[in-house]
Amino acid sequence: MAMKFEKKGDGTYLLDVCGYVCPHPQIYAKKSLEKMAEGDVVEIILDNPSSVETIAQMCDQVGHDVMDKKTEGGKIYLKIKKG
Amino acid sequence: METTTVDTSEKKNQIWAFIVTGIMILISLIYYKVNVYYMYLVAYIWFGFAYGMMLQYGRFCFASASRDLFAAGVPRMAVGILVALTFFSLIQATLASTNMSTFHPAPFGIHTLIAGLIFGVGMVLAGGCASGSLYKIGEGNGTSFLAAFFGLCIGQAIFVDVKWFNFLIPQKWVDAAVVNAAARNIPVDKMTSSFDTYLAGYVWNQPVLQLSKTKAISEALPGAAKYFIGDSLLNALIPAAVLLIVIYAFYSRKGFMKKRAKAKGGAGTMGFSDELAGIWNMITASKRTTIMGVIIGIVAGLHIFVMKGMQIKFGVANFGELLTRMGHAADTSIKGTVFDPGYWYITSQEGQLGGWILDKLGWDMHDNIFFGVNNGLPEPWRNPALWMSFGIIFGAFVMARLSNEFKFKLPKGELIVWGLLGGLLMGVGSRPALGCNIGAFFIRVAGGDPSGWLYGTGMVGGAFLGVKFFNWWSERKMAKEMEAF
Repeated sequence: MAMKFEKKGDGTYLLDVCGYVCPHPQIYAKKSLEKMAEGDVVEIILDNPSSVETIAQMCDQVGHDVMDKKTEGGKIYLKIKKG
Repeated sequence: METTTVDTSEKKNQIWAFIVTGIMILISLIYYKVNVYYMYLVAYIWFGFAYGMMLQYGRFCFASASRDLFAAGVPRMAVGILVALTFFSLIQATLASTNMSTFHPAPFGIHTLIAGLIFGVGMVLAGGCASGSLYKIGEGNGTSFLAAFFGLCIGQAIFVDVKWFNFLIPQKWVDAAVVNAAARNIPVDKMTSSFDTYLAGYVWNQPVLQLSKTKAISEALPGAAKYFIGDSLLNALIPAAVLLIVIYAFYSRKGFMKKRAKAKGGAGTMGFSDELAGIWNMITASKRTTIMGVIIGIVAGLHIFVMKGMQIKFGVANFGELLTRMGHAADTSIKGTVFDPGYWYITSQEGQLGGWILDKLGWDMHDNIFFGVNNGLPEPWRNPALWMSFGIIFGAFVMARLSNEFKFKLPKGELIVWGLLGGLLMGVGSRPALGCNIGAFFIRVAGGDPSGWLYGTGMVGGAFLGVKFFNWWSERKMAKEMEAF
């Protein structure tokens, strides 16, 4: 099992932390956003519901925009724009 | 914007939720049919079920409280716990003042802080505290199962029964253990492990403190006031309020004030009302966690009330007496008792399950104080507190299914190591303090026992170390991934 952090295009990233449990998804989400530039967008895929609440509040506090959130087949997809 | 795909799995999830709830009802009815005394055990099942549903819905995990503060700067869970503590302590004081409380304080000493520290590291590694790991098992999380089964069940049982730590025990504890054991009529063959010597030679000599029972407070505040002011206000409400302010100042204030200034057009200075608005904003930032904090606090208080009522109804102080009346004296300890806290507890009953399994495999688990003298080793289906833990798993399972959040996740790779190691540290960290994040922290703080804060301080320190480690670990992995950019 391995996490994936990929650059998909200009200013767009993908972070796949499926299979990971707390606290890994929130730590990787924070570190990914730290490494991106303002305005860049990352899609985060995870399957640990407890981490979503923490990531959402982290974004709210720091000023990142959670543009989209959807759940499909037990996986959660978050699209976050760095603020 | 939030979207959720509706498919046939949603229907399947609902069916699963109904099936499990139905099985729990059926089990309760069977117990009632066998003997009305089992209603005592059934009460534990349903309170466990309620805890499981609430923990899952609120993502309520004590590991998350300090870990997410240090790892992501998010105070969500720390706030939720302090809110729960506030409500629980007020109900606990009400029950104590009407003589309806089952609460008992624990020996106070440096051991509590050290145990909390070990537990704190463990809960971060395992990805959940003792109660958090149970609700996550209900979500299908295999790493939490590893932590709970091998660490909290098996690891804890082994820990209380082995002599491996005798080299750490000073002679004065050995001498004191002999004297204390004789004074309590404990047979020599029930005091064989390192943990027994620690318990009888050190822990039993430590002072037990509950603010309402101290000379100063009980004399100054006669009647119910000593419980509300001593136990609740001084030991729980004021420290909780101070902690909320500290957390706000360090983690929430800056971001809130920035937004507030922007909303005001950048004009004017911020006043006291803005600070109050900031604290309220922090408390309500995650509504599901805060609301669950309120309800968990109330339900935990109600649990004490119901268990005390059951004890009065059946004329007992411990479920072991009812087991004996039903012809199951072999389940109990030499004192005729089993582990029956009378309120929310997690780790001791899991240690009993581990002890029961090892005992069935031929390892004598009755030759120690923990099982042989105090808690007994009941068959799991007659173990009231263990049913509470099962209830938490099933309650969380039902809630996760209803929210379409259930997913089997087998532990793989590094998570196996973190789960096992974290679980073991939690098992070892819960025993010396006679409890975990619930029994040694949450319940004690709300009950007016300052040793709860000592354990909580240790947990926070341990969580800090755990987060430091994971930060270093994840930074390495991120750097590797970014080599390809």
